[in-house]
Amino acid sequence: MSGNELEQHGMFGVTQGGDTTGFDGLLREPWLPPAAERPYGGYFDELVDALQAAYPGFDAAVSAILVDRGELTLHVEREHLLGIAGALRNDPSLRFELCSSVSGVDYLGAARRLHAVYHLTSMTYRRRIRLEVAMSVEDPHVASVTQLYPTADWQERETYDMFGIIFDGHPALTRILMPDDWDGFPQRKDYPLGGIPVQYKGATIPPPDERRAYK
Amino acid sequence: MTEHYAPSRPTTEGRIYNLTGGDWDQFLDSDAMSEERLVLNMGPQHPSTHGVLRLVLELEGETVTDARVVVGYLHTGIEKNTEFRTWTQAVTFLTRADYLSPFFNETAYCLGVERLLGVEVPARAQLIRVLMMEINRLSSHWVWLATGGMELGALTAMTNGFRARERCLDIFEMITGLRMNHAYIRPGGIAQDLPDGYDEKIRHWIQEMRQELHGVDMLLRGQPIWVNRLKDVGWIGVEGCIALGITGPLLRAAGLPWDLRKTEPYLGYETFDFEVPTDDRGDCWSRFVVRVAEMWESLKIVEQVLDRLEPGPTMIDDPKIAWPAKLSLGPDGMGNSLEHVQHIMGASMESLIHHFKLVTEGFRVPPGQVYSAVESPRGELGAHIVSDGGTRPYRIHFREPSFINLQGTAAMSIGGMVADVIASVASIDPVMGGCDR
Repeated sequence: MSGNELEQHGMFGVTQGGDTTGFDGLLREPWLPPAAERPYGGYFDELVDALQAAYPGFDAAVSAILVDRGELTLHVEREHLLGIAGALRNDPSLRFELCSSVSGVDYLGAARRLHAVYHLTSMTYRRRIRLEVAMSVEDPHVASVTQLYPTADWQERETYDMFGIIFDGHPALTRILMPDDWDGFPQRKDYPLGGIPVQYKGATIPPPDERRAYK
Repeated sequence: MTEHYAPSRPTTEGRIYNLTGGDWDQFLDSDAMSEERLVLNMGPQHPSTHGVLRLVLELEGETVTDARVVVGYLHTGIEKNTEFRTWTQAVTFLTRADYLSPFFNETAYCLGVERLLGVEVPARAQLIRVLMMEINRLSSHWVWLATGGMELGALTAMTNGFRARERCLDIFEMITGLRMNHAYIRPGGIAQDLPDGYDEKIRHWIQEMRQELHGVDMLLRGQPIWVNRLKDVGWIGVEGCIALGITGPLLRAAGLPWDLRKTEPYLGYETFDFEVPTDDRGDCWSRFVVRVAEMWESLKIVEQVLDRLEPGPTMIDDPKIAWPAKLSLGPDGMGNSLEHVQHIMGASMESLIHHFKLVTEGFRVPPGQVYSAVESPRGELGAHIVSDGGTRPYRIHFREPSFINLQGTAAMSIGGMVADVIASVASIDPVMGGCDR
């Protein structure tokens, strides 16, 4: 992500509904956590050193290292995801054996707006790390980590279901929470809340975000 | 072959019969059963599948050769909805996700928001959060015992379990005004302080729970049917648990003492004296043993909280964040206190503006993202929260232990008997409201 991809209007950054402050015209600078500088603090230095040693292509693979609110985030280029995740899981000095969570975030407005977010946990060292892979809507492909972490199976299906991120190599990438024939990816930011009008006793109720309170 | 009542159709894999309950006798007498490949659909409306869970089992005789789990029947878009509400209103949605452990949903979320805000809630609010969560752990485990017992035919376990859970809900009702869906824990603290006489009532409740727990021991622990239905059934080991992401009582029943209250303490759990029960069999029996032992440990924590509670604020002292309302019990139920309304409506224009802005617009959370995890009755409950600096969450994702743990169903049931699938699913203790969100 670069400079003005996440620009925000208004005083309170309200993007989904009316800005009740009356400051809609204000243009706020986008915020990204500044790239972290060494020392990162805590166990982060040791962890990054170990990962650099375990994965030779580290510099090409990791586009940003962010430390924010006591959490370490690595922005990983997608072709290196399996390599980085494999090193994190298998290297004896890293041992991230548990994949706690896989999910997505849609940063609408950014060029590579879809982010797949992985939270890995090292039970041996009691450490956590977050990996983020950015991709565009036109080319929403990333390698599946199910061969490393079988638990990612359903979580990648959910992320596909909600964001349309396609996990290449997943054993059966189908919708899981939405009906099989659903159209669209509901958690994307340009997908309206509710999405479809609700019919009740002959009257049609518009999707919630098209009702007055959210306009 | 005679024409069956059950409709059938030819496919590339042979003729497929769709059977429902009444057709079995007629079908079994026919020659259609010569091919011993039976696909059995269970659910989503089935008394033994723990809510709207659907199992598709492939059977050879009574043996399960393949098991698939279908979820999503209770998807309500909670995560999407929160993006359209203020940070405080989001609690109201999230508490409904896993409806048997509402306080854990609320706490995981609020701890994340507070880390984004960079604030810490007062000591009394922290203690009350611990108190509510541990009572909730008991109420949740009681439902596991009740529904699990019912599914295995132990109906007294069900009546006893729900009776004990009612006692827990009475405590919730006394403190929050609601038996479920509390929205009691808010970013910055809790909605209101404990009511008068709480100490006596909760201590009385502890005595009741001890009796109920002894009742479980008397009723079930040596009961041969219960033991035979659970022992050596639904096995999964530590490696399998970690590969499939299974945490909570299932992981501890396989032998790994992984409990976030000990390994990554939050809300001062490191200062409490309690054990993390484990067992080493990794079967349904171990999960029963571990969960019952956990309930005893939770009672210990509740007692310690009661001993430590001291008067003090229950909401953060920051007027930019703290919810401005003061609640009190009126003739028409719980609502804004009359004095507070008189103050903002009659005495102070600034208070009224402040109240209005904070309630309608909400507070701003600095941009960033956090992952905050708590140990829920079902395992690691994580909240991944992203803020863009606005008054509404940009994205909330719940790492739901029910959702993740259900992936273990196939590993636990394939190769076993159909009847053991029921025991296995019951021992996972999935809550579909949490699983599907």
